[in-house]
Amino acid sequence: MFRYLIRRLLAAAVIMLVITTITFFIFFALPSNPALLACGKTCSPSRLAEIKHSLGLDQSYLTQYWEFLKGLVVGRDYGDQSVRIHCGAPCLGISFQTDTPVLTTLLQDFPADLSLGLGAAVAFLILGVGLGTVAAVRRGRAADKAAVGLALFGVSVQIYFIGLLLLYLFVDKFQILPTSGYTPFTEDPAGWFQGLILPWSTLVIVYLAMYTRLTRSSMLEVFSEDYMRTARAKGLPAATVVLKHGLRAAITPIITIFGMDVGSLIGGSAVITESVFGINGIGKLAVDSVQNSDLPVILGTTLFAATFVVLANVVVDLVYGLVDPRVRLA
Amino acid sequence: MSVSTSPQPADVTPAPAPFLDVRDLRVHFPTEDGLVKSVDGVSFTLEKGRTLGIVGESGSGKSVTSLALLGLHKGTRAQVSGEIWLEGRELIALPEAGMRALRGRTVSMIFQDPLSALHPFFTVGSQIAEAYRVHHKVSKKEAKDRAVEMLKRVGIPQPERRVRDYPHQFSGGMRQRAMIAMSLVCDPALLIADEPTTALDVTVQAQILDLIRDLQEEFGSAVVIITHDLGVVSDIADDILVMYGGRRIEYGTTREVLKQPQHPYTWGLLQSMPHLGGDVGQRLNPIPGTPPSLINLPDGCSFHPRCAYKGWVTEGRCTAERPELRLVSGSERHLAACHLSDDAKQEIRGGAGPDDRDAAAARTAR
Repeated sequence: MFRYLIRRLLAAAVIMLVITTITFFIFFALPSNPALLACGKTCSPSRLAEIKHSLGLDQSYLTQYWEFLKGLVVGRDYGDQSVRIHCGAPCLGISFQTDTPVLTTLLQDFPADLSLGLGAAVAFLILGVGLGTVAAVRRGRAADKAAVGLALFGVSVQIYFIGLLLLYLFVDKFQILPTSGYTPFTEDPAGWFQGLILPWSTLVIVYLAMYTRLTRSSMLEVFSEDYMRTARAKGLPAATVVLKHGLRAAITPIITIFGMDVGSLIGGSAVITESVFGINGIGKLAVDSVQNSDLPVILGTTLFAATFVVLANVVVDLVYGLVDPRVRLA
Repeated sequence: MSVSTSPQPADVTPAPAPFLDVRDLRVHFPTEDGLVKSVDGVSFTLEKGRTLGIVGESGSGKSVTSLALLGLHKGTRAQVSGEIWLEGRELIALPEAGMRALRGRTVSMIFQDPLSALHPFFTVGSQIAEAYRVHHKVSKKEAKDRAVEMLKRVGIPQPERRVRDYPHQFSGGMRQRAMIAMSLVCDPALLIADEPTTALDVTVQAQILDLIRDLQEEFGSAVVIITHDLGVVSDIADDILVMYGGRRIEYGTTREVLKQPQHPYTWGLLQSMPHLGGDVGQRLNPIPGTPPSLINLPDGCSFHPRCAYKGWVTEGRCTAERPELRLVSGSERHLAACHLSDDAKQEIRGGAGPDDRDAAAARTAR
């Protein structure tokens, strides 16, 4: 088990290195001039050269790449003698816009995404698996059609539509909830919860469809298995047959998708939701950095998100071993 | 129906009711292509301590019959009619909750392929213990002990250790033993074994059959064994019911059916089996053709398209008129559904083959 974990983590590290390489060259090899962007509107040629040098942009791509990798491991220093910015390991670079290390900004915005992503994920997993199970058990009847129809509605409406609709209804019209947004949990747990209810609901509505359908089809497949007939033949109550014997077997494909969804949500993929509800998260950071051509931040957010997806996959593999005894973790 | 509707006169002592009495059982499945009559009017009786073998090809309705005995068609689209009397209780009209209390406790089942019939994610021990705990108010520990005891009883070595294994860690034969342990954990009065040896190595098959027989003697249960293998039933069954196209075509004691088979289909089943004592070079005689569609059974005798002897019967009778089950002359309860006359059967069994049709025709003309 332990050796398996080490092996998986090593493999994950290799994947991360590949992603780093590809992202680095896509962004830095593009025909854009980061120094010019960092320089601002009033820019003299000498100032431009200075900035180019301080950012290390006057060196070859390979050298820059090497410096970047070195920075990830041991950290690096930017600037000249007069202005020095230290970027500790793992250094993802310095924002052209704010001159702060990218990682610092990322970690500032991360709790918002963690709260938003994890909260929504738990909710849509439970609701989706629940609805999907009901749909499978009541296959072809009204409850099945209602569940599938509801899910279809969720996947058809756009986030900005459903988000704005929820905001209008609950905040403006009926004034049940305060204006949405992110309040750190440590400051005000109640405010944290209230501010996230609508963003969570929006994500749940959008993600529910897939989980309902996935659970439904996976469940129906399991229902036709011989061991389900055995469970009934033992005299087990229908609920035990479905929830214990059925769900246990049907959950495996759902875990796979769920792991990746959680990873990317935490890593900032809920961009539209963030911006609709005014949450300063990693997704918004990424969009802003693209608008400003703030390359180190774009690179940083990409790698950050990738890390979570890769880690989520490692966790999924470990959970697989716990759920299915036939998967040997050796 | 007559039993449930007409009250018994008080002064007449009724004959003791059989332990299991299946009357005119029908299981029909409505589909888009039509009504699939998987089981169409099957009746049989079985006493405690006795074994009935139900024999037939795939699709003859054997397994559907056995699932009906467990009430597993309840809550599905299947239309089940007829009567199943078990210890004086009628099971078809019984609601699901009442049937559930009997499943696994009074009636239990051994399935064909133990690998797919056991849940892959739970240990063998927990699956056996679960079957026990459904019907008995015992602690987890007691149920676990019971599971170990059952594994030991069905001959699994080191049961204390094996009880924690998963099905995939067992060999095929061991898995079927575990399946048997699970089905016997509540001492059922009726055990149904649906092709219990089909998925197993030949060397293991005999062991499993011996085990079922030994356990039956120990528990005194009634056993229904479903198989396509006449070799299996000849070993273990007291009675044999041969099914074809969802109907009974021959029914009698094992001795009668195997020694004096009356139906060409039964002859075919017997001839398609190799004999240990027979000539090595002798060819097996498989029954030509395939089992009939259960939606559109052939008119008349449903076996007639595959029957080599329909020329022995007056022209067209086999294709027009469905043969009734008739008592075989000289027997008390040996039934067969075939138009062939006793003389014709004797002649055919005496060595004449289907090629002698001309002779038969000549005889009819005379």
